[in-house]
Amino acid sequence: MTATDRPRTFPGTPATSGSDIGLSRLRAADLIPVATGGLRTRRVRVLLSMLGIAIGISAVVAVLGITRSSQADLLARLDRLGTNLLTVVNGSNLSDAEVPLPATATTTIGHTEGVEAVAPTAELAGVGVYRSDKIPPQITGGLSVRAADSSLVSTLGADMLAGTYLNEATSRYPTTVLGHTAAETLGITDLSGAPRVWLGGRWYTVIGILRPIELASEINRSALIGFPVAARDFAYNDRPSRIYVRSQTERTLEVFEVLARAANPKNPNEVAVSRPSDVLTARLEVANATTTMFVGLGAVALLVGGIGIANVMVISVLERRSEIGLRRALGAARRHVAAQFVVESFLLGTAGGVAGVLVGVTVTYGMAVHLGWQVIIPPAAMSAGLGTAMAIGVLSGIYPALRAASMPPTQALRTS
Amino acid sequence: MSVVLEVRDAWKVYPGNPPVESVRGVSFTVERGELVAIVGPSGSGKTTILNMAAGLDRPTSGSIRIAGRAAHGLSDRRLSGLRAHHMGVVFQRFHLLDHLSALDNVATGLLYRAIPGGRRRAAAAEALERVGLGHRAHHRPHELSGGEQQRVAIARAVVGRPELVFADEPTGNLDTGSGAGVLALLDELNGDGTTIVVITHSEEVARAGRRHIEMRDGQIVHDSRSSG
Ligand SMILES: Nc1ncnc2c1ncn2[C@@H]1O[C@H](COP(=O)(O)OP(=O)(O)OP(=O)(O)O)[C@@H](O)[C@H]1O
Ligand SMILES: [Mg+2]
Repeated sequence: MTATDRPRTFPGTPATSGSDIGLSRLRAADLIPVATGGLRTRRVRVLLSMLGIAIGISAVVAVLGITRSSQADLLARLDRLGTNLLTVVNGSNLSDAEVPLPATATTTIGHTEGVEAVAPTAELAGVGVYRSDKIPPQITGGLSVRAADSSLVSTLGADMLAGTYLNEATSRYPTTVLGHTAAETLGITDLSGAPRVWLGGRWYTVIGILRPIELASEINRSALIGFPVAARDFAYNDRPSRIYVRSQTERTLEVFEVLARAANPKNPNEVAVSRPSDVLTARLEVANATTTMFVGLGAVALLVGGIGIANVMVISVLERRSEIGLRRALGAARRHVAAQFVVESFLLGTAGGVAGVLVGVTVTYGMAVHLGWQVIIPPAAMSAGLGTAMAIGVLSGIYPALRAASMPPTQALRTS
Repeated sequence: MSVVLEVRDAWKVYPGNPPVESVRGVSFTVERGELVAIVGPSGSGKTTILNMAAGLDRPTSGSIRIAGRAAHGLSDRRLSGLRAHHMGVVFQRFHLLDHLSALDNVATGLLYRAIPGGRRRAAAAEALERVGLGHRAHHRPHELSGGEQQRVAIARAVVGRPELVFADEPTGNLDTGSGAGVLALLDELNGDGTTIVVITHSEEVARAGRRHIEMRDGQIVHDSRSSG
């Protein structure tokens, strides 16, 4: 044979040591097509194995998005209603009726530093309100009659659903403004035909209906009459039983502390001061707890999804033994075989993650729009979701990849 | 003459009860430009010795030198590098990747040398021309006949102009006509200077009239170039 001197395109040098052997190398740019080769030939299985991750990620993204959007809604309401509304009561007696405060309470509270507005109300004990004079007095429907003045509307930020609120003039006459629930309970939906109610044994004309007031549900359940007419008809003695206080927002806590003493200097510990917005704040905390739970469920779905991918990858490795053997014969080192399967698994996870984020965003968007919330999808939820999916892809691929890499080439080539 | 492959006292023992001694003290050398046929009955150790020579398997004892480099003691990455840069392998089952065209299958032969894709495909096109399949470059394996698939596999083995090409019964899955075509192709490549070690059936080799090594029970019983 005389081929020795033939010029060669890929020369081999007759060295005797192993040090100058070209290493087996795979370009990073080739890794992606090599890894997707296995995916392109098994599309259905690829889709199914992505499903777990996609469900998990979409659950997490949607839950975070929905709670964040709903919280934004709660926060916006809190903002609108204000966290600076305080109520002062003198406790309640055994029959659950409010106990009157000292007559001076309104004035002293009004003079307290940091107080912006004060609205006294007095629950008129034993006075009921009914649709007609035929109804037995003990059937109260949970409604009460309360004396109030125009400061109530400004302090609570209340709006009228129909009619007008009490003014100086109407406060002197048997007229009433109904809270939203009270109007519903009494079956009065509008003011056409000048509806009247049987209030404390007299006919009162309904001149207005309030919209629901979020932070003062007792007003919703009340029929409001003026102080002068209350004094005349029901012997109201100038002692309020519940006072609404608007403080300067930044001084709310300070005002909170001193209100009891201001309202009832003799027996401050009988007075209960509360902040109605705490209920909404508590609801925010409940929402947070629910989120944690759902995110936990999403994490379980992700775990299951990861196991699903690992499972598919193990099967794929077994099915592709001859491909692995071939690649080893062509010069692939163990690390290249491992990299191929890890990248394949990574791509599966990533695709699942992208699908999951898209679904999660869509669900959040649809839900928020449907409920009239502002759509808020935390970017961190999206990037963390995608990142998690990628990490799960890599982690699920490690074991199958190690199996593929440790397969002896001769054995891999024998099976087909 | 330069020695491309040197097998010295190679043993392969598979553990078991009793252990299987599939290769028992085999020695031979292959020189640059040779075409060597390994023949022998089934189970005589032909595939085992070929796999060891191609660095796909390690001998239990003995030494293998490929293109002057000792294969033993090499790390996986260097041994793989030896395969990627210095050897080509052809199998009885063609082992083409179904999702790739003939051209891309051939180009895979250069994948683990980190040669850029464009150059791989150019070399692959040339190799396909050499095996007479330039016109089928964009067909998938399942669109080709068995003989054509094996020619694609041969093109893949020679695309990097390796010092040594190993072929394990390359005609085993082919009818007589395509088998003869494949052997003629190997002959032709050998005529161009490629060193080839092929496991095949004796009649075909007798017709080729080249050097052959005959094995039986894991040993060489006859080497037509007994000087080896
Ligand atoms: N992994 C293994 N474990 C145990 N024994 C094995 C293993 N691989 C091969 N053998 C045995 O080694 C011997 C030689 O096998 P080899 O495949 O080299 O034969 P061969 O000459 O190629 O046969 P054929 O012509 O049928 O391909 C056989 O007896 C076989 O059973
Ligand atoms: Mg064999």
